[in-house]
Amino acid sequence: MKNENLVQYIYGIADNALILGQRLSELCGHGPSLETDIAGTNMALDLLGQTRSYYQYVASLVGEGKTEDDIAFLRTERQYKNVLLVEQPNRHFGYVIARQFLFDVFHLLLLQELQRSEDETLAAIAKKGIKEVSYHRRFSSDWIKRLGDGTEESHQKVQEAINDLWRFTDELFHMTENDMIVADEGVGIDVKQLREDYYRIVKEVLEEATLTVPEIKYFQKGGKQGIHGEHMGYLLSDLQYMQRTYPNMKW
Amino acid sequence: MKNNWPLWEVFVRSKNGLEHRHFGSLHAADAEMALENARDVYTRRSEGVSIWVVESKNITASNPDNNGELFEPAQDKIYRHPTFYDLPDEVKHM
Amino acid sequence: MSEKEIKNLEEIFEQKIARDEKIEPKDWMPEKYRKTHIRQISQHAHSEIVGMLPEGNWITRAPSLRRKVALLAKVQDEAGHGLYLYSACETLGISRDELYNQLHTGKAKYSSIFNYPTITWADIGAIGWLVDGAAIINQVPLCSTSYGPYARAMIRVCKEESFHQRQGFEIMMTLANGTPEQKEMAQDALNRWWWPSLMMLGPTDAESVHTAQSMKWKLKRKTNDELRQQFIDQTVPQADLIGLTVPDPDLKWNEETGHYDFGEIDWEEFWQVVKGHGPCNKERMNARVNAWEKGEWVRDAAMAYAKKQEDKKLREAI
Repeated sequence: MKNENLVQYIYGIADNALILGQRLSELCGHGPSLETDIAGTNMALDLLGQTRSYYQYVASLVGEGKTEDDIAFLRTERQYKNVLLVEQPNRHFGYVIARQFLFDVFHLLLLQELQRSEDETLAAIAKKGIKEVSYHRRFSSDWIKRLGDGTEESHQKVQEAINDLWRFTDELFHMTENDMIVADEGVGIDVKQLREDYYRIVKEVLEEATLTVPEIKYFQKGGKQGIHGEHMGYLLSDLQYMQRTYPNMKW
Repeated sequence: MKNNWPLWEVFVRSKNGLEHRHFGSLHAADAEMALENARDVYTRRSEGVSIWVVESKNITASNPDNNGELFEPAQDKIYRHPTFYDLPDEVKHM
Repeated sequence: MSEKEIKNLEEIFEQKIARDEKIEPKDWMPEKYRKTHIRQISQHAHSEIVGMLPEGNWITRAPSLRRKVALLAKVQDEAGHGLYLYSACETLGISRDELYNQLHTGKAKYSSIFNYPTITWADIGAIGWLVDGAAIINQVPLCSTSYGPYARAMIRVCKEESFHQRQGFEIMMTLANGTPEQKEMAQDALNRWWWPSLMMLGPTDAESVHTAQSMKWKLKRKTNDELRQQFIDQTVPQADLIGLTVPDPDLKWNEETGHYDFGEIDWEEFWQVVKGHGPCNKERMNARVNAWEKGEWVRDAAMAYAKKQEDKKLREAI
């Protein structure tokens, strides 16, 4: 395994945190109540904090004077390796919660494995992240239940979001060639192994929330290879705006 | 539908060994949410290790109009305080 | 209660405040005290949550990860501060929903400064440095105001806000020490935010209707003009330090008074913005109303769920 394999592998994990953190931060100041606004921002801060730890590690692996910001802001769209799920827009609060929930369940399972990685730095980042993400999962699961088993309108809205986002869940368990190389070294995780637990947990919560588990045959993937949806470019325009407009400056 | 979240009072223990102290209030639909909101609102800077929440309507408060009868009778019971008792200076450790 | 009895209660009340005793929610208070406090505390709360918008505008575009998390945390603090203040206000017998309603219908005011747009990244620095700087000058004395819940909320707010101004000044300093382009961006932001920040400390004493009463109730410890002078005196040397120029040709140190003399404030602009005709009044209000209306189904759902759970518990108990 080369350094570049490890770097690419970390992108596959860290970019999820960055992009979801970016999506959540769009909502700051626009939530359904002050309390939920504050909660959402906390999750964004957790995710961006994790992002920084990963990118600082990548920067140290790459050398050449690269910084966390070069990595966060100065890649091309194809070089971001986040899954499609996390880049989906905040259509309404039901989507925000459904996206969060579908990701949190996976995220926690992933970090629980990653803390046993042969790579000590990754293991340490995962260990710290587990506490944060456990709370995220609790928060989003609770809200799935509130919306699912709340009013007719909320039930329908969150069901719509779950149905719509379900097609992006399969990608979470997709192993790229690079993922396999890194997993063989005991550094990366074989995410295929997480699939069963994932769907079991998700189904339990959805059922408790009186929601229907979608049954579809066709799934979307591509994010892990850097092939994103059309929303991604706009998200990156915001994210990269300053660094692209005013290159090579200190902020 | 007009369905406002009720008000909750938040009590936080800053660290073990200290009592829970009233920190403020917030709105939440249920106790679980009140706890989560309290965690996010009142312990952002590691202010606590334990949280109590109680719906504000469940608190019975004394009426300040009765402060006279409630609290003033205690004021002249000075024999409840150690300084009431005269002891010679030579007596130590008491 | 007879007029005489009320008069008597009022006297006892005023003496209490004069002795620096706090007033607590269930204590008797004159109706005017209650109303004035609802007005001021809610205005303060509204300013916090409307104030999230101009800064929130730059969260997704912050130029570095470090700046992004700092800004997020700052805007989140503002939500927290709004929440503390709404809670303090609610102890006076008005609900947060009523307070929101007053905001959304334009009945309640918020600080006019937030009706100016944030058009460059340097504006985030300028807001932290100038707007938070002016706010702190306003707020510190309120930590010892007469109404207990307000004073307690302000203590928490002031404690948490100490990083806000530093965050802003650090941004400005970095820009001022950066490339010519960055320095220009910083100067431009100072030019645009300087005067509105001075206005933020309120109309001149001659025009201010609430000052005398507010002083008595310790809602104010200094007059608007005194606060403004304090702000100018402390801010000008900070601008000098980072090599930026305060956009006031009349600004001059006065040896005799030991203060800066400064130019005329355009009060016409101030009143125009207060009356709802600033650059972003409509946008700010739309954003607040929108968040509230779009959130209704969510709040309803949570209540309906809570009710169902409660019923379930009751049924299980039987």
